[in-house]
Amino acid sequence: MNARRVVITGVGVIAPGGVGTKNFWNLLSEGRTATRGITFFDPSSFRSRVAAEVDFDPEEHGLSPQEIRRMDRAAQLAVVSAREALADSGLDLSGADPYRVGVSIGSAVGATMGLDQEYRVVSDGGRLDLVDHTYAVPHLYNYLVPSSFAAEVAWAVGAEGAATVVSTGCTSGLDSVGHAVELIREGSACAMIAGATDAPISPITLACFDAIKATTPRNDDPEHASRPFDGTRNGFVLGEGSAVFVLEELEGARARGAHIYAEIAGYASRCNAFHMTGLRPDGAEMAEAITVALGEARLNPEAVDYINAHGSGTKQNDRHETAAFKKSLGDHAYRTPVSSIKSMVGHSLGAIGSIEIAASVLAMEHHVVPPTANLHTPDPECDLDYVPLTAREHRTDAVLTVGSGFGGFQSAMVLARPERSAAA
Amino acid sequence: MTTRTVVTGLGVAAPNGLGTTDYWAAARAGKSGIGRITRFDPSGYPAKLAGEVPGFSAGEHLPSRLLAQTDHMTRLALVATDWALADADVSPADLPAYDMGVVTASSSGGFEFGQGELQKLWSQGSQFVSAYQSFAWFYAVNSGQISIRNGMKGPSGVVVSDQAGGLEALAHARRQIRKGTRLIVSGAIDASICPWGWVAQLASDRLSTSEEPDRSYLPFDAAAAGHVAGEGGAILILEAEETAVRRGARVYGEIAGYGATFDPAPGTGRPPGLRKAIELALADAGADAADVDVVFADAAAVPELDRVEADALSDVFGPHGVPVTAPKTMTGRLYSGAAPLDVATALLAVRDGVVPATVNVSPEASYDLDLVVGEPRLTEVRTALVLARGYAGFNSAMVVRA
Repeated sequence: MNARRVVITGVGVIAPGGVGTKNFWNLLSEGRTATRGITFFDPSSFRSRVAAEVDFDPEEHGLSPQEIRRMDRAAQLAVVSAREALADSGLDLSGADPYRVGVSIGSAVGATMGLDQEYRVVSDGGRLDLVDHTYAVPHLYNYLVPSSFAAEVAWAVGAEGAATVVSTGCTSGLDSVGHAVELIREGSACAMIAGATDAPISPITLACFDAIKATTPRNDDPEHASRPFDGTRNGFVLGEGSAVFVLEELEGARARGAHIYAEIAGYASRCNAFHMTGLRPDGAEMAEAITVALGEARLNPEAVDYINAHGSGTKQNDRHETAAFKKSLGDHAYRTPVSSIKSMVGHSLGAIGSIEIAASVLAMEHHVVPPTANLHTPDPECDLDYVPLTAREHRTDAVLTVGSGFGGFQSAMVLARPERSAAA
Repeated sequence: MTTRTVVTGLGVAAPNGLGTTDYWAAARAGKSGIGRITRFDPSGYPAKLAGEVPGFSAGEHLPSRLLAQTDHMTRLALVATDWALADADVSPADLPAYDMGVVTASSSGGFEFGQGELQKLWSQGSQFVSAYQSFAWFYAVNSGQISIRNGMKGPSGVVVSDQAGGLEALAHARRQIRKGTRLIVSGAIDASICPWGWVAQLASDRLSTSEEPDRSYLPFDAAAAGHVAGEGGAILILEAEETAVRRGARVYGEIAGYGATFDPAPGTGRPPGLRKAIELALADAGADAADVDVVFADAAAVPELDRVEADALSDVFGPHGVPVTAPKTMTGRLYSGAAPLDVATALLAVRDGVVPATVNVSPEASYDLDLVVGEPRLTEVRTALVLARGYAGFNSAMVVRA
């Protein structure tokens, strides 16, 4: 139906363990973890006190004092990642029609960190019902409506086409990129700056995940607290970060001699229509998304060389998606390496889908599959090859990456070398 | 070649009328829903007026289990969806689950719910925060809850924006219809009329401080001095035309064209993007400017923004070249909910040949607009253009056609 094919030509990542794509890949390929006891504030009153924090100094990365003041941390991360991606792509937007360059940024929880801090002040520590506007920061509106994230990225790169924030919970980082692909395919844009960001490590986020016991209480062993697919796991580790990509139409990218990381060959999203936080163990809706995404990519299940799992480290998730892989890929699920980088960089909610796309294309670049760290004790109900502990050299020409989130959203994306994908 | 995407159901929750019938009667009569805020005491804040949805008792429509876990705006959205599906004569249980999706827009999620939980966190302690906070506040809540309540498993989405996102959600829904999904629930309901939401809205510096409802929101008037914020919006049912015709559905009209741009960074000297968004939407609809019978304006009521919109309309349609109206002068600006409500209003204008008026406004002559003021205008409407702009420079335009 659509002749236009969309490829990734630039990558920018800020993940726990280091700013920039290079630091990110070093962490993953070495199987190191970036989870630690929370340092941003005193977490002693919380059930879960572990997080994957980014050591990030916005001034060091070129943001001016006023930019820093008006942006929530999540926006800062997105802007710096977008700049890295654009530089990496070598794409010169100065000669482009700015209306043909768009922005699509995913975020699950927007400016939670800024809102939490500001609420505390205007309510004077929760004492005032009628919170006091005279104590609010002048840019509070940018926190209220996080479409400001897309605005900041658009300004940073000079884009004047469609600009969007996509917010489908923990699949936001796949869905924002999927949205960008659709805009290029339909001809609304020739290039998109697309990715996702979240900076949720804040008391209110900890409190709400504490309340549903979604995050791990493994506070005495923070470096090994994120344990997807391990029999001893007991919840996810909250993270933060950002990944942004430059997406272009394939022929244009080839014509300018761009380095092509991967084609975004297929994408689909479905809902479980079941529960805002619960998952049915059969993984049916994620399996459906995977099957549709593979169909769009015109790839057989056997073409998948590596699965980048959602792998949050909750029992219900790990079993849900293991079932989904078996249902959608059949026997091939048992022959395919599956891993969760959340074991190393934690779960950065809306951002992680894009960070996992970055991990996927870097696996293709290096023909190295990142491991699932901390996986020592197999769970009998999770019986696939989860690449425990150490990265593996593995020919990787097509990757399936998936996400699952609150609200019931289930998304799948297929990344493949353009010459390998049969999409016409 | 491309399938036409049509609207077959409307569910409205507006400050001047709950339900499509009440809203449309009020809009035609020029009845405003703007008044002094009742949900909290606004006397300590510089802006004291809002458009609150009247007469909504969630418990009459929703089970108590859902009331405990939802913000006010989610309750409105769930009920508006029920009404839209009934209006479309669709029973979701009769359709395959993967053939139905939900695409909504949101500006600030369940912000009032969030204020309550933030207060518990900081005044009582983290262990007092509700287990529902993890999803009652976030932006995806309405799509998720609508999907669950109606068993809809198809392609879904959520966009975040204050005003422009309402059209973008509809455009995204149309994309999914074109790719083969049978039915999409789309649109937006927004609300953050709580003290914490109010303080955050005040930071935009665009809220009117007038205390007189009929002098408070005056777009394209020499006395324009900001807008009144409101709550509510509209939920629409979208289907492919063939599907709708085959099942004998009543069709309100077509989502015919869409265009979106973002304004250049301040200081670049490049022109604002609204005109381009209009041109893109017209081209996408295969329509000429001369085909457009009425424009539903964004109507910021900030003089420089009114000027930008008036200039864009003059550039595309000529001075006084097309009737322009802003029924949102009767509701206030509803954030993401505003544009879906304008699309619903445009479809009702198509149905009945009535363009509701822009109330209370004396048009400033230099804008060169044919603004529909005073009485509603009785005229055949076959094609309407709806505009929506978001804070910081988001522009979106949608063409709706009979």
